[in-house]
Amino acid sequence: MHEVGIMQSALDAIRQQAVKHGATRVSRIVLRIGTLAGVDLDALRFAYEALAPGGPADGAVLEIESVPARARCASCHAEFGAGRGFIFQCPHCGDYSGDIRAGRELGIARLEFP
Amino acid sequence: MNSLDPTPTLAESSPDCRIHALTGAATGLSRELSAPLSAEISAALAASPGGEIAVRSVDVNIPLLEKNDILAERNRGYFLGRGLAALNLVSSPGAGKTTLLERTLDEFGRRTRCAVLVGDLETDNDGQRLSRPHAPVAQITTGTVCHLDAGMIARAAQSIDLDGVRVLFIENVGNLVCPASFDLGEQRRVVLLSTTEGEDKPLKYPPIFKSAHLVLLTKVDVADLLGFKRELAVENIRRVAPQAKIIQLSSRTGEGLPEWYAYLDALVARR
Repeated sequence: MHEVGIMQSALDAIRQQAVKHGATRVSRIVLRIGTLAGVDLDALRFAYEALAPGGPADGAVLEIESVPARARCASCHAEFGAGRGFIFQCPHCGDYSGDIRAGRELGIARLEFP
Repeated sequence: MNSLDPTPTLAESSPDCRIHALTGAATGLSRELSAPLSAEISAALAASPGGEIAVRSVDVNIPLLEKNDILAERNRGYFLGRGLAALNLVSSPGAGKTTLLERTLDEFGRRTRCAVLVGDLETDNDGQRLSRPHAPVAQITTGTVCHLDAGMIARAAQSIDLDGVRVLFIENVGNLVCPASFDLGEQRRVVLLSTTEGEDKPLKYPPIFKSAHLVLLTKVDVADLLGFKRELAVENIRRVAPQAKIIQLSSRTGEGLPEWYAYLDALVARR
């Protein structure tokens, strides 16, 4: 639901980065988004199509790296992949974990300038 | 490296035209390049012997915050600076947020100064119910919006006298979905689950429970009457939100309220 706001923030940051690197255009945008970030990727791409025209990111390739969720077990200290759901159960000892170590990423990883 | 024809036919983007910046593939209507872009590309081509233009790749690692998150961080700093603990109470409509706050203001609120911001789509009924001479209350009516956001909290917090207030309760709009996505700048998120709901609510609406610091199982006085299995509900909360503390209480009989007040006392002591 807030994908438009996130994409607007991304495009603002990209505009600043383009200026910083002396570029007028960006050819590739790589976003890194965790599966727990609460971002719908289709909605994000839609927001990009709607917001990018007219700015430096217009026509750039939008690449999204998905980061799978990982949690750490408080009982046996094992780190494990948490799948797609919201229940993180340790595969080794069966305890439930709320200690999320990866999957909440939401950011711009890399930009390419022509 | 991006290979380009030495005499490329390039097109500038226009509302009718899209050009793929990396492959150069254009769709829709095209027109001649603008002078600055044309000059930029010509200069780059002239500087490259093989007619190739280098692509600069920069690892930027910029975290993305949307506007609400920025405002929420501002709220958090404001609350911290004033030394008050802000709690965001979320639940389905009718889980007992207002009733719990009424009694909390009458008991806990007598010895520790509290304030309330309460959100609903319409009416100031809850604001009136919570109105106490010793506790400032502001009603936020959201119209059609299904959650409170950080901007609403910033405005409402300015509208009341926070002098001496140690605990700020934010009663969110009754909704178990959308409030999960909106940080208000609270120190603690409190999710209420009442015994008139199903024991499997945490499994059906996991994001909000996942984000909880504290889960209050409310209306436990009528649990047996309703055939509500408390142990099953607690187990479901534990599966989704093992990080959350769980308090079982009844705002009517007072069962569990001392534990709730002790939780608030501990928060205040940390300020």
